[in-house]
Amino acid sequence: MNWFYIKGILILSGINLLAVLGLSLLTGFTGLFSFGHAGFMAIGAYTTAVMTIHFHLPFMVALGVGGLAAALASLIIGKLTLNLKGDYFCIATLGLGEAIRLILDNVQYFGGARGWPGIPLHTSLLNVFIIDVVGIVFLAFLIRSRHGRNMIAIREEELASQIIGIDVFKYKMKSLMISALYAGVAGGLYGHYLGFLQPKMFQIIKSTELTIIVIFGGLGSISGSALGAVILTALPEALRSFDKWRLVVYGAAVIFIMISRPQGLMGGYEITPTNIKCFLFRFVKKDKKHQGMGGR
Amino acid sequence: MNILEFKNVTKTFGGLTAVGNVSFEVEKDSIFGLIGPNGAGKTTIFNLITGIYKISQGEIYFKEDPIHDLQPHKIAQRGITRTFQNIRLFKKLTTYENILTACHDNATYGIVNALLRDHKFKGQEKKLHEKAQELMGILGLSSQKNIIASNLPYGMQRRLEIARALALNPSLLLLDEPAAGMNPDETIKLMELIKEIREHFGLSIVVIEHHMDLIMGVCDKIMVLNFGQKLADGTAQDIQTNPKVREAYLGEEEEHC
Ligand SMILES: Nc1ncnc2c1ncn2[C@@H]1O[C@H](COP(=O)(O)OP(=O)(O)OP(=O)(O)O)[C@@H](O)[C@H]1O
Ligand SMILES: [Mg+2]
Repeated sequence: MNWFYIKGILILSGINLLAVLGLSLLTGFTGLFSFGHAGFMAIGAYTTAVMTIHFHLPFMVALGVGGLAAALASLIIGKLTLNLKGDYFCIATLGLGEAIRLILDNVQYFGGARGWPGIPLHTSLLNVFIIDVVGIVFLAFLIRSRHGRNMIAIREEELASQIIGIDVFKYKMKSLMISALYAGVAGGLYGHYLGFLQPKMFQIIKSTELTIIVIFGGLGSISGSALGAVILTALPEALRSFDKWRLVVYGAAVIFIMISRPQGLMGGYEITPTNIKCFLFRFVKKDKKHQGMGGR
Repeated sequence: MNILEFKNVTKTFGGLTAVGNVSFEVEKDSIFGLIGPNGAGKTTIFNLITGIYKISQGEIYFKEDPIHDLQPHKIAQRGITRTFQNIRLFKKLTTYENILTACHDNATYGIVNALLRDHKFKGQEKKLHEKAQELMGILGLSSQKNIIASNLPYGMQRRLEIARALALNPSLLLLDEPAAGMNPDETIKLMELIKEIREHFGLSIVVIEHHMDLIMGVCDKIMVLNFGQKLADGTAQDIQTNPKVREAYLGEEEEHC
């Protein structure tokens, strides 16, 4: 395995991580499932590419525009569907994801179904890493503010949230838009890493993969989402030598986690310095107890 | 002055009239009792006040403003909060987190302030924590601070719901069977607490309760509902001597004697 190959996996993990962070806010912290996040990635990817190629914007600015375009699209879909109760939103996102893909399939300006080659390779390990760190820090800050707490309240008990004065619709909207923004930026990075875009890359399988990662990592845990993204992106690559069996192993790994830890890898806990200390402390204490009992 | 006013309010579910043409007033700073047999429409009245159900007919006024067309969160922000008959806490959060979340309306910082962790964010966040800490103390939940809400004993969960409601600085608090599932001892303590809360926070309270004797002790005024209709209202004395109430509600108990 050479560095180029490992770097590639790290970049892909980093891009997935960003999209998963966004979805984590929506699904893990606000309790809304989406099966259309690949659609938001597609909007981000194509918008960013247009910005760098046709408008010659600097990459970082273009990424911002791509993210905002995805957020704008989510605003429209949110206005139409977030008022609906229960699973309707989920179904609507599924339709949205497919609709975006089908539209892109038929817009010849972006190369249609055959794809769009020649996108400049601006994505590097460094800029992915920096954006991921900023993404994680922002999400952590958001969650630990009244805005994040309100989203969690909606996840826990929607009726009680209204009764303590939380505008449920507005907060679902905020969560969805931030989530789409993350997905859009991730899409922009993706296109400029591969140098090529095709609507097929943003099929429902991609959306499902993101949701699986969030659940795998543990709903309501930023570190779980991040860890899940890296593991589940790298795993299929590490298993390449198994050839056909690799997807089976991937599936088995996901099922294994779901059975042995239904709450996900991190299960709502976070990796923070204090938590690590507590964990180690408990570990040491347990060890001592063990020794004492053995000595007797 | 009346803090709450019902004017000929009707609520129907299909063919069923859950609340039929009910009018009453709750005086400011008073404790108002709502009693009646199962299915009388008591909880429905709370759901109408808090905007969870839309009224079919009539008007509801809070501090002389109509509120029957407002959304639930707007009504809460105006100063009406409640507890639920079947407890609705943020189950997976701790006692402290439940209260802290409910304090949100005492702060005004935006998402950008939170992302930048600026002066405004830090100052207001500190106030929210102080408020949560204070409420936890008043309701006697301090020793339960880091316990997950769903693991609390039943009585504590009911207290936590009250604490959460008080976090909004309400001027009207609605308690739906706050003593349900408590033993007589706990219930008496709770009733004392309700009186204290009224004094301490200077608010008005409407309380639904099944135990007649309990409600007689704390309430300034009582309304009796039966099959969605108002049967009577007045002081505890009036209610106890009202022949209609005796017939419909107390009558059954007398037969046992
Ligand atoms: N959402 C609803 N849909 C249909 N019927 C309802 C609904 N909510 C309440 N009802 C009906 O309205 C009537 C009054 O119910 P409500 O819950 O207000 O009674 P209650 O006085 O609180 O009784 P309890 O003492 O059992 O709590 C009942 O017949 C109930 O079945
Ligand atoms: Mg009831």
